[in-house]
Amino acid sequence: MSNTPNKPASGQPNRLAAGGRIDRNKPLQFSFNGRKLEGYQGDTLASALLANDIHLIGRSFKYHRPRGIMTAGPEEPSGLVQLGEGAHTEPNIRATQVELYEGLSAASQNCWPSVGFDIGEINSLGSPLFSAGFYYKTFMWPPAFWTQVYERIIRRAAGLGKAPVDPDPDRYEHRYAHCDVLVVGAGPAGLMAARVAALSGARVIIADERPDLGGCLLDEPDDHPLTEWRDEAIHELAAASETRLLPRTTAFGYYDHNYLGLLERVTDHSPAGAATQPRQRLWKVRAKQVVLATGAIERPLTFAGNDRPGVMLASAARSYLNRFGVCPGHRAVIFTTNDSAYATALDLNAAGAEVVVVDARNESGGDLALRASTAGIRRIAGSAVIKTKGRHRISSVDIAKLSASGDRVEGTASSMDCDLLLMSGGWNPVIHLHSQSRGQPIYDAERAIFLPGAPVQNEHSAGAAAGVFALEDALRSGADAGMAATKSAGFETTSPIIPELDKDTEVEPRLVWQVPGAKPGAEGKRFVDFQNDVTASDIKLALLEGYSSVEHVKRYTTTGMGTDQGKTSNVIALGIVSETTGQPIAELGVTTFRPPYTPVPFGALVGQNRGKLFDPVRKTPMHAWHETWGAVFEDVGQWKRPRYFPEPGEDMAAAVDREVRATRNAIGMLDASTLGKIDLKGRDVAEFLNRIYTNAWSKLAIGRCRYGLMLGEDGMVFDDGVTARLGENHYLMSTTSGGAARVLAWLEEWLQTEWPDLQVYATSVTEQWATVSLSGPRSRDLVAELIEGVDLDPEAFPHMSVRGATIDGVPVRLFRISFTGEMGYEIQIPSDYGLALWERCIELGERYDLQPFGTEAMHVLRAEKGYIITGQDTDGTVTPEDLGMDWIVSKKKGDFIGKRSLARADIQRDDRKQLVGLLPKDTQALLEEGAQIVADPAETIPMTMIGHVTSSYQSPELGRTFALAMIKRGREQIGKTVYVPMIDRTHAVTITEPVFIDKEGARLHA
Amino acid sequence: MLLITCPFCGPREETEFHCGGEAHIVRPPSPSALSDDEWADYLFNRKNPRGVHLERWCHTAGCGRWFNVARDTVTDRVFAVYKMGETCPPLPAESER
Repeated sequence: MSNTPNKPASGQPNRLAAGGRIDRNKPLQFSFNGRKLEGYQGDTLASALLANDIHLIGRSFKYHRPRGIMTAGPEEPSGLVQLGEGAHTEPNIRATQVELYEGLSAASQNCWPSVGFDIGEINSLGSPLFSAGFYYKTFMWPPAFWTQVYERIIRRAAGLGKAPVDPDPDRYEHRYAHCDVLVVGAGPAGLMAARVAALSGARVIIADERPDLGGCLLDEPDDHPLTEWRDEAIHELAAASETRLLPRTTAFGYYDHNYLGLLERVTDHSPAGAATQPRQRLWKVRAKQVVLATGAIERPLTFAGNDRPGVMLASAARSYLNRFGVCPGHRAVIFTTNDSAYATALDLNAAGAEVVVVDARNESGGDLALRASTAGIRRIAGSAVIKTKGRHRISSVDIAKLSASGDRVEGTASSMDCDLLLMSGGWNPVIHLHSQSRGQPIYDAERAIFLPGAPVQNEHSAGAAAGVFALEDALRSGADAGMAATKSAGFETTSPIIPELDKDTEVEPRLVWQVPGAKPGAEGKRFVDFQNDVTASDIKLALLEGYSSVEHVKRYTTTGMGTDQGKTSNVIALGIVSETTGQPIAELGVTTFRPPYTPVPFGALVGQNRGKLFDPVRKTPMHAWHETWGAVFEDVGQWKRPRYFPEPGEDMAAAVDREVRATRNAIGMLDASTLGKIDLKGRDVAEFLNRIYTNAWSKLAIGRCRYGLMLGEDGMVFDDGVTARLGENHYLMSTTSGGAARVLAWLEEWLQTEWPDLQVYATSVTEQWATVSLSGPRSRDLVAELIEGVDLDPEAFPHMSVRGATIDGVPVRLFRISFTGEMGYEIQIPSDYGLALWERCIELGERYDLQPFGTEAMHVLRAEKGYIITGQDTDGTVTPEDLGMDWIVSKKKGDFIGKRSLARADIQRDDRKQLVGLLPKDTQALLEEGAQIVADPAETIPMTMIGHVTSSYQSPELGRTFALAMIKRGREQIGKTVYVPMIDRTHAVTITEPVFIDKEGARLHA
Repeated sequence: MLLITCPFCGPREETEFHCGGEAHIVRPPSPSALSDDEWADYLFNRKNPRGVHLERWCHTAGCGRWFNVARDTVTDRVFAVYKMGETCPPLPAESER
């Protein structure tokens, strides 16, 4: 730190002429609330604002009180801004952690019309309304008012920044990493630990949230005895081949089995870099050993008006002075309970500011305090700041003598003018990650701090995070943690040299959880949680109202529930609870620390898994043709399937009508490639199928197919499909398009875990074969033109048959099966030929009036025939009997999956829902799928629901609408009228059989 | 996220696996001989212990094989991994977990 007289830099009145880690040769232009300002390369937004003498940043959450920058780090509760504009904008950003860049624009939050004149400040006058639990008390009655009125008003008046409306234009990426030792925090202890680990040859990652490594050393003057050591350590780590340095990286989450989440801000500090680099990178690190050297956060003090702009932590002011060359005020009062604040006093004094220290202790402090006294800094002993004044910036403080017990003031207060008030109530080790790793923090009553408890995972805390504050001790603690971690990871280590440093003597701090007012009852607003506007009185009120557990006090008052997660408030709140109830803090325990340590943007968590990369898209070999011919697609699982092929001028209804008619009268062609195909080989396939399906498979001949229903062990229909026997020990099972993976997993589970004695090999071949499905009265004629080597006569090749054949020498499988109720053929061809076969069929089909159809027409066709779709007409609570399909449940064969459950009393109940058909009385009324069915339309709400509609379509064949439904005792009610209440009106419908065409199967078997 | 050692592939991330619940539940050889209560016990009732739980996992996004894991449901520590059909190896005494 320079001792030369300080000339303010041009336009930056609080900038010192020399010192700090900023580059005065690189000025940067930025704006705050539209005002053009200048800072330097190396500044944070907070330091640049303070350099410009701007302390007023925003308005507080509940009371809209003016708030400023309180800290210089991640714990910042009140210096929050809306950063950037348009789609790039981000709310609630800590100004203390934003690196300044050219063109940065930021704005105040939670104020209207402006931060200086804010209408919401009136909340401050009505503050009794906003006491602890105000959400629960003030806005209770009438209940409807909550969503209609209160919530809307509160949302507008109390809140933080605004979320962007447009999609996030930035790019994020995820990266996995494995290492032997992960060091979190690159202060003296962390650097030492990393150095030890790196020397051993271990794979090391060292992460720190700041742009530079060094931690608290960055806040020291340049002539600090460890400056050289720090440079050397960084140099050595950068040169180590197995070590990765991650500056600008926050370890935000410590999960199971030493899995940590790290957020690297790659280009946040230079948006120009975003052209080639992602904005942020999420690291997923699996570390053998973790060293937590996360430092400590200074505690504020709880006195009236401790929230005014210009009130800061003592350590923050020191950081602004030494790291940024900014003197945040010129007439400073420092209110402390311990020795550490005297370092700030000395540095401020050296920078030319007027300094007065108000020390809560009567006895004189240690070496630092002595030096301050020698430097001529005035000290007011045994006293406290009990009140502050000033509108948008602190202008004076009231100082009074504390009684011996500290719970009241002695004598009268005296006022002192100032433009800066610094506070130090001691230090809290940052034990967040330790706690997240399931460690149980322990309370050190003597020092009034929480320390990391016994590690639960492979983790070692070091330095200030472990309560080791003196520099040389912290270095030693880092070395010990580094050696322990490295050895546990399986590497040899040697003890490093620990630099010897002078150690200042210290005098015990005085514990002050809350500062009394001038007289009892006149305590004023003493803020504990600066972000959520929780005062000491709120906490006491919560206790008075019977909330005695700290978890309840936290939730009732919202202490520690803001975006800062109570980094500056939680321990103080505990202290006040303890002081009020007389329960020791150790017995109260601490509220649970949860990830993330600091907020993580959703964009970073999502990474590249958005848009096209959100989920894989599966396309059939014929997809290009479908696209060319204007198919409208629908998603079926991950598949894109044509829903219909509209011709010019057609809407969906017209296209589907045409496609259905073509299939019933000529030929319809469907791309059925998406249906699951599972190849089954092995000695025991037939036995396996007997156990998996409800029907018998032992007698299925080669060349024949059979339809099967698959049940869960609970007796409910799970999937269905046709399985063909291709050879002696070779079968091909088909599944629903969406169920293929689930069915294969189901088969594998039984084969591997229950029946490893069965010799069955199940292989997915869905993507190896393309499937063209042809159905309609003229389909045989077309197939005859196409296929070589199969006698298509219905006697020789009846419904439910399969043959190997060729098309132009290409081997294919020809099935005679149908899902439309018409005579139908399916050709499976190796995928590469799928498109060629499709095009060939289109070409040949011209003579037969062939029309391609999509899934919508398929649904109509199958529903007219009463064929179910599992997952549409069934929902996991439907048995074969419910579907009227007990014909497929073998009574003769032995056990199969689900059989025993079919005998359960509930399944035997006679009022279960059963599959039936519905015909609306209004023949053109289309029922809504999922609509409920009632017996009495005049019944008062809530009506008795007797069933629901599962499928509903317009039928070209019937010239009217129809539906399938599940209705209680449906089959015995066939012919009866029931009702379907819908939004516009209630429809009367007649219950029918669920088969509407070709009941005798003449078309199918033609 | 857990780190699970697949007995066929080695240590892999939890996201590659699918948990299949309690292990060593043998499907009754003659379900039809069981009472509704006995069948319900097989079908629905599970131990859900606080402490060591023997459970089935499948390396779905890897080799596709099922195997067994002895996991502490409180600490998520994994004490043993063993193949289908094998019995659980001896676990550390409760005091040493």
